[in-house]
Amino acid sequence: MFDNLSNRLDSVFKKLKGHGKLTEKNIEDGLKEVRMALLEADVHYKVVKKFIGDIKERSLGQEVTKSLTPGQQVIKIVNDELTKLMGDSHEELKLSGTLPIPVMLVGLQGSGKTTTAGKLAVLLRKRGRKPYLVPADVYRPAAIDQLKKLGVQLDVPVFPSDAKADPVQICQKALVAGQKEGCDTLLIDTAGRLHVDEELMSELCRIRDKVKPSDILLVADAMTGQDAVNIAKSFNDTLDIGGVILTKMDGDARGGAALSIKSVTGKPIKFIGVGEKLNELEPFHPDRMASSILGMGDVLTFIEKA
Amino acid sequence: SKTREILTTDIDDLFTSNKKTEELLEEIEERLITSDIGIQTTMELMENLSKKSSKISNANQLKTALRQEIISLFNTPSPTQEKISAKPHIVMVVGVNGVGKTTTIGKLAAKAAAEDKKVLIAAADTFRAAAVEQLTIWADRAGADIVKHRENADPAAVAYDSVEAATARGKDIVFVDTAGRLHTKVNLMEELKKIRRAMTKTIPDAPHEVLLVLDATTGQNALSQAQMFNDALGVTGIALTKLDGTARGGIVVSICNTLNIPLKYIGIGEQIEDLQEFDPAQFVDALF
Ligand SMILES: Nc1nc2c(ncn2[C@@H]2O[C@H](COP(=O)(O)OP(=O)(O)OP(=O)(O)O)[C@@H](O)[C@H]2O)c(=O)[nH]1
Ligand SMILES: Nc1nc2c(ncn2[C@@H]2O[C@H](COP(=O)(O)OP(=O)(O)OP(=O)(O)O)[C@@H](O)[C@H]2O)c(=O)[nH]1
Ligand SMILES: [Mg+2]
Ligand SMILES: [Mg+2]
Repeated sequence: MFDNLSNRLDSVFKKLKGHGKLTEKNIEDGLKEVRMALLEADVHYKVVKKFIGDIKERSLGQEVTKSLTPGQQVIKIVNDELTKLMGDSHEELKLSGTLPIPVMLVGLQGSGKTTTAGKLAVLLRKRGRKPYLVPADVYRPAAIDQLKKLGVQLDVPVFPSDAKADPVQICQKALVAGQKEGCDTLLIDTAGRLHVDEELMSELCRIRDKVKPSDILLVADAMTGQDAVNIAKSFNDTLDIGGVILTKMDGDARGGAALSIKSVTGKPIKFIGVGEKLNELEPFHPDRMASSILGMGDVLTFIEKA
Repeated sequence: SKTREILTTDIDDLFTSNKKTEELLEEIEERLITSDIGIQTTMELMENLSKKSSKISNANQLKTALRQEIISLFNTPSPTQEKISAKPHIVMVVGVNGVGKTTTIGKLAAKAAAEDKKVLIAAADTFRAAAVEQLTIWADRAGADIVKHRENADPAAVAYDSVEAATARGKDIVFVDTAGRLHTKVNLMEELKKIRRAMTKTIPDAPHEVLLVLDATTGQNALSQAQMFNDALGVTGIALTKLDGTARGGIVVSICNTLNIPLKYIGIGEQIEDLQEFDPAQFVDALF
């Protein structure tokens, strides 16, 4: 039933056949399909509601151009708005202040923080920086080992954390050690935690207050469902994050969580993870994300040209 | 839980404020969709509810009707304990990256050990950094044996050796940990089949169970995961992890309904005891 949005819209707009104006009635029918597509893609219920309202206003009275079917016309409007909401262009990591510059990775359990720390080390080194990996997860079994192994694989130094130590102290000591190692950027891998776990959330604040990170990145799984708004809101309210990295974009998830996260935090998605290997990190492209959410990459390239 | 209280109050409020049925149904729709139940199942449930709405005049009736509708979708077989007859009984654990496979094995192993079963764990994730170290810690906690090879070894060889070892050592149950993989990666899904084949060399009907681990935070994509793991391996049960957060994991309703696979366990924390047998009534209670 949820085949291509474009086909579905075309059947809704069959009667219009490429002429006339988009009227309230036929927009409404079309937007019902758009609404379902967005919900199918895991965009949050309330976010969808607001978005559809905005789109409706924009679509009313628009001329239907000869080269596009009304369905395509609606898709174009939807796609343009989605892209705009996702952010204008790729936003970079914020790296400023006295050396070594700390960057914190935070997020739920299993979202991909440790792997992403390794990926960012690769990226920073390519840019001529000297990254230092800091394992600050003392809870998950073998979490420190995991980051150590990534460091060995990459030949990037790793702070020798002790699983019995306090994560705040680990980070403070790592600042000094990183400087001694001649490193300029600290990548702090924190333990996965639920956004409702007050004790562990306050641990993140204590780390932040001590090391004063230049950027705090929420690492979130692209397959996240409706809960993405609660997760993103809690992490952002608690820490005032600098941006988001969306992982596991190499599957078939449509990634509606991206839109939910963006609209609830207003913070940019900076990178996407597209595989388990440490070079599989890419800058975020709002337009590609929009077409992924709508589930219609090919149709859009056609519409863009019209 | 607190969430449950809030939700209960909300639904009661809907009635005392005398809202029209339309509005009411819309709020229920919101509740269902924000639980990740999915648009299609939501529409079906709503349709069935609207048909009955003339007979529904208060919050309790509404809740009861909805509960019944959803519980009926779970299609759970009668709760008679499945008899485990094979020895060793082989359980292969699969799922996408980071859902909680290794942790769930630790919990299941501890549970089996507590029932006086002799447990062996197979470290067939030879790919992820420190996966074996992580699993070793869980095996120690659970008091289970572990069979492991060096990093990047052939996972099928680990599985083969584990089944051999379990047979030789008179183990009752074997849990096979596999590397996380996205269901869309054809070669990695083939690798799982190869792991399974390796086990049949010693025990022709192994594995006796294929447990798919799903993360409750996951949205609609979990359906695609379940479909593709099921197509590749024939999933016999599901474990739903991370239900201790605010995500409600509603997508399992559609999964259990369409694929007819039972939801067996739920994960409710990171500690060894944080695993429960699935109870549909309790699950639906948490939704409403
Ligand atoms: N396919 C794919 N897998 C990924 C990606 N990023 C991470 N992973 C995998 O996801 C799983 C979890 O990654 P970790 O880096 O251990 O996640 P984490 O957030 O550190 O987990 P905790 O420390 O337990 O909270 C691993 O199997 C990774 O290989 C990605 O972009 N694509
Ligand atoms: N809160 C919570 N966390 C869980 C639960 N189950 C697992 N986790 C956490 O989720 C993270 C990932 O768990 P793993 O067991 O490593 O997941 P996995 O599927 O083996 O991951 P890969 O092997 O990398 O694919 C860890 O931080 C676990 O502690 C649960 O029920 N609740
Ligand atoms: Mg980690
Ligand atoms: Mg694992």
